[in-house]
Amino acid sequence: MGEAIVITSGKGGVGKTTTTANIGTALALNGKRVCLVDTDIGLRNLDVVMGLENRIIYDLVDVVKGDCRLHQALIKDKRFESLTLLPAAQSKDKSAVKPAQMKKLVDELKQDYDYVLIDCPAGIEQGYKNAVAGADQAIVVTTPEKSSVRDADRIIGLLEKEDHVSSPRLVVNRIRPQMVKNGEAIDVDEIVSVLAIELLGIVADDDEVIRASNDGEPIAMDNKSRASIAYRNIARRINGESVPLLNLYEDKGMLTKVKKFFGMRA
Amino acid sequence: MVQKQVKQQNVIIKGTKDGLTFVLNDQCAFDDILEELSDKLSERPQPQENDSNVVKIKLVTGKRYLEEQQIEQLQNRFTEQIHAVIDTIDTDVITKHEAEEMRLDNQVSRLARVVRSGQIIEVLGDLLVVGDVNPGGTVKASGNIYVLGSLRGIAHAGMNGNREAIICAGKMNPSQLRIADVIRRPPEGEERTGEEDMECAFVNGENQMELERISKAGIIRPGITDERIG
Repeated sequence: MGEAIVITSGKGGVGKTTTTANIGTALALNGKRVCLVDTDIGLRNLDVVMGLENRIIYDLVDVVKGDCRLHQALIKDKRFESLTLLPAAQSKDKSAVKPAQMKKLVDELKQDYDYVLIDCPAGIEQGYKNAVAGADQAIVVTTPEKSSVRDADRIIGLLEKEDHVSSPRLVVNRIRPQMVKNGEAIDVDEIVSVLAIELLGIVADDDEVIRASNDGEPIAMDNKSRASIAYRNIARRINGESVPLLNLYEDKGMLTKVKKFFGMRA
Repeated sequence: MVQKQVKQQNVIIKGTKDGLTFVLNDQCAFDDILEELSDKLSERPQPQENDSNVVKIKLVTGKRYLEEQQIEQLQNRFTEQIHAVIDTIDTDVITKHEAEEMRLDNQVSRLARVVRSGQIIEVLGDLLVVGDVNPGGTVKASGNIYVLGSLRGIAHAGMNGNREAIICAGKMNPSQLRIADVIRRPPEGEERTGEEDMECAFVNGENQMELERISKAGIIRPGITDERIG
């Protein structure tokens, strides 16, 4: 019996779908059986980010309506045998599915997978309710912007009312270290102190993420990218490992590395 | 008539420097009181037409509970006969409903969590938040509000009109403070460092909201201290 984790944020455009795709990929890299569920009915994206768009035959609404069986709608990932995607419908809207149906569907998926990652649509309406219905855990994604933190706070408040969801964990996405250093962006510590939930990981802003997303190849596949390492660390923390946070301000200069090697302060 | 003189008096009138005190028997029927009151009032001299002084009356009702409408009846007699108004009512009894409200008004409700954006907490009496109030979150109380953590949202103390209420916070960084009908926003562009000591907000004599160090709270509003502890 696996665990269902909903990835949500309240605000749109903070990177829920990217986070879902990359955490899913990173978990699969660790040999876990993972199913990604896109609940953004009408505005599906997860298939595009995963590069699986052209393989869709059936979708989530077809499964719920009984037009196909669950395993028929599941799309196997190109890269991992153990990773699958249940795409959202593009032609319907959020009201095509009810929370109870969603819960039944997720419970069924949990039988076959270690992790079921549910990509939640923006907002706090029907789509959010559907996405949360079957979840056991929640990951809240925010960026270091006031509006995004405010919405994350609102979502955390709503999640805390859901008895079946354990206390949510936080991913701070798209951190621009230079701006934080100059005091122009909100510091991660400040975000964590306002939201007062466990920090699951921080991901620096990286052009590579956008490039990878456009290629339909999650950044987590990249061995070198800092964002990739951040996502892999998040996956390891989900697995219960304790991994220290990445240092955002690491200077990659040779001298610093040498200094570090000798235990001197960089 | 003979009987009445033997019987205990149902209405006793006492004159004080503040006005008249009427002690009403709490065992007899209300109609008897009304009757006797009329009798006694008619014995008193009629007020002069040009007398602008309104006599203030204090009612002592003992264990009798006076309904709204009964008070009105009594007031009518006073107005008609001696040109006086009921000022205070001294009673030993209150209704269950009033007692419950009083209890709620005097209790401290504790809340140990973060009040998040979009959440509204509203209580009768005082509110103690063991945690933060985040931006977009609102706490309201008919009494005082104490936030042990950081107050970043809106706090409304004395929401039923009590200007004596105060708001205390470990870190006072609110988006808005309200006490009764007095509202204060933090000054525009003035970023607080968050390094300030614990503070309390109250309404001063000029109906302006003021911030003071928490240690001043007891001096500004001595009533906050529980009498039992002193």
